[in-house]
Amino acid sequence: MAQELVFEKHSRPVQAMVDSLLMIKRSSLHIIRNRDQLLGTFFQPIMFYLLFTSVFGGAIGLALPDGVDYKEFLMAGIIVQTLAFGSTTTAIAICNDMQKGIVDRFRSLPMSNLAVLNGHTISDLFRNSLSTLVMIVTGLAIGFRTSASFTDWLGIIGIILLFTLAFSWLSAIVGVVAKSVEGVQWLTFVIVFPLTFASTAFVPGESMTPVLRAFAENQPITHVIEAMRALILGTPIGNHGWMAVIWCLGMLAVSIPVATWLFKRKTSG
Amino acid sequence: MKNTYVIEVKGLTKSYGSNHVLKGIDLRVERGTMLALLGPNGAGKTTTVRILSTLLHYDGGSVTVEGYDVTREADKVRGVIGLTGQSAAVDELLTGRENLVMMGRLYRLTAQSAKARAQELLEDFSLVEAADRPAKTYSGGMRRRLDLAVSLIATPPVIFLDEPTTGLDPRSRLAMWAIIKKLMESGTTILLTTQYLEEADQLADKIVVIDGGKVIAEGTANELKSKVGKDRLELTFANSKALESAVQALGKRVADTNTKEFTASVTIQDINTDVTSALDALARSHVSVQSMAVHKPTLDDVFLSLTGKQKQQTTDEEDV
Repeated sequence: MAQELVFEKHSRPVQAMVDSLLMIKRSSLHIIRNRDQLLGTFFQPIMFYLLFTSVFGGAIGLALPDGVDYKEFLMAGIIVQTLAFGSTTTAIAICNDMQKGIVDRFRSLPMSNLAVLNGHTISDLFRNSLSTLVMIVTGLAIGFRTSASFTDWLGIIGIILLFTLAFSWLSAIVGVVAKSVEGVQWLTFVIVFPLTFASTAFVPGESMTPVLRAFAENQPITHVIEAMRALILGTPIGNHGWMAVIWCLGMLAVSIPVATWLFKRKTSG
Repeated sequence: MKNTYVIEVKGLTKSYGSNHVLKGIDLRVERGTMLALLGPNGAGKTTTVRILSTLLHYDGGSVTVEGYDVTREADKVRGVIGLTGQSAAVDELLTGRENLVMMGRLYRLTAQSAKARAQELLEDFSLVEAADRPAKTYSGGMRRRLDLAVSLIATPPVIFLDEPTTGLDPRSRLAMWAIIKKLMESGTTILLTTQYLEEADQLADKIVVIDGGKVIAEGTANELKSKVGKDRLELTFANSKALESAVQALGKRVADTNTKEFTASVTIQDINTDVTSALDALARSHVSVQSMAVHKPTLDDVFLSLTGKQKQQTTDEEDV
């Protein structure tokens, strides 16, 4: 051996953190190198935002309270929809890892195995934040205006991060359980599509049938959207802020241990 | 703590439901040697390696690596082993260098040490030019070399090579063998699984043949070969008349004849005396030989005679 190898002498928790950071770096490199997915990340929300405001803006605008423009109303809905769909790439990334044998390689190393899940869910925050930023800039370019103050923006950012993290961990469960990437796509289609559309993301609840409205106005995604919308429009936030935080924390409290447990079970035979 | 046997497996069993994959495997690998686990597809080679490298739980028996129990002290085992081949993979979207540095860091190397070691391995494995390209652009041979390099990043004292050359073209296979031989010279203890007899013959100090989840033979390549048979002198004659006279002249020495090709084979106990005495006998009877060759049993002979079932299957396939 030409050179002496030098090993770190960290305590276990510190080493587990280093492992997670390495995995975050890895997953982030994946996001940057996966060009097709990256383009989708940027263009899909822009496309949705432009289509909805131009196609539905006129009709839905009539159902909105006076003085509220659909461009402003829609922003929170599109952001949350983008985050919900964006988090599903966590599932795809984890499923890919499980199928390709790289998880076995990691498991043969003296590292913290859960770092793999941490890496994917946390790097997802970066990508989703980026696509949200792109969308807000697009909105501003076509006339989106907000009265949100600096603290309101902190609130909006907080909700974005918390919601993305919660959905990424839910998505991690799907990624661990699914047998193939096609399976992941099918599952997310069946779960995320109805959940985001049966909410107040695109239209106010008043225009829905009573049963749908009852569901739409009380499901977690609506609380997240309404909280963000209130901050953007400067309207009273009501109980939506608290409910959004409680729902997200609840999802995390369930999905982190479940995803972790399933991951351990699936990767050791 | 330096035990003589780096890997010790006793009575290892593993079942999936009623499918008994391993039915009591015993293995011992001495420090600084290579043991080849030889067997057909489905013999239990990869299952054994996965258990030894802590990826899979087993049902019965005991398994230790460097004295550590693979179940109770899995983390310690992971610190001393490197795994490569079928059971492990590299990250396709990362470059060769990024793969090496990341794995090095996960082995607890410092950032600086991981980088320096990565460069050294890229040079040793002729991957310098491709170092900064994503691994998915690599050829099959390059990918295997990177795979092996990754498992050597922290120079673990024990390496598992799970079918390292399966699917490689002959040139890449020879390159891989050269690398493995160098690795052996450095004193690393290696467990190799392979379905290629030539590979086991070329590289391993000791060979264990497994089939159907059981050890069916073990020893050095030469010991296994001598189990199957002695060296034989193959004699070819001009016609059936010559063959007949030859058989008469050689008497009990003839082990086998082929009347279509006019050949006779003679068992050789001692190559120095038996060949000349057979030829003398023929000369005395004025029988002339067209050609002759000394045939040593190959590991293929060993393999086929030991794994009779497998032989039957291959014959069946050929008949179809």
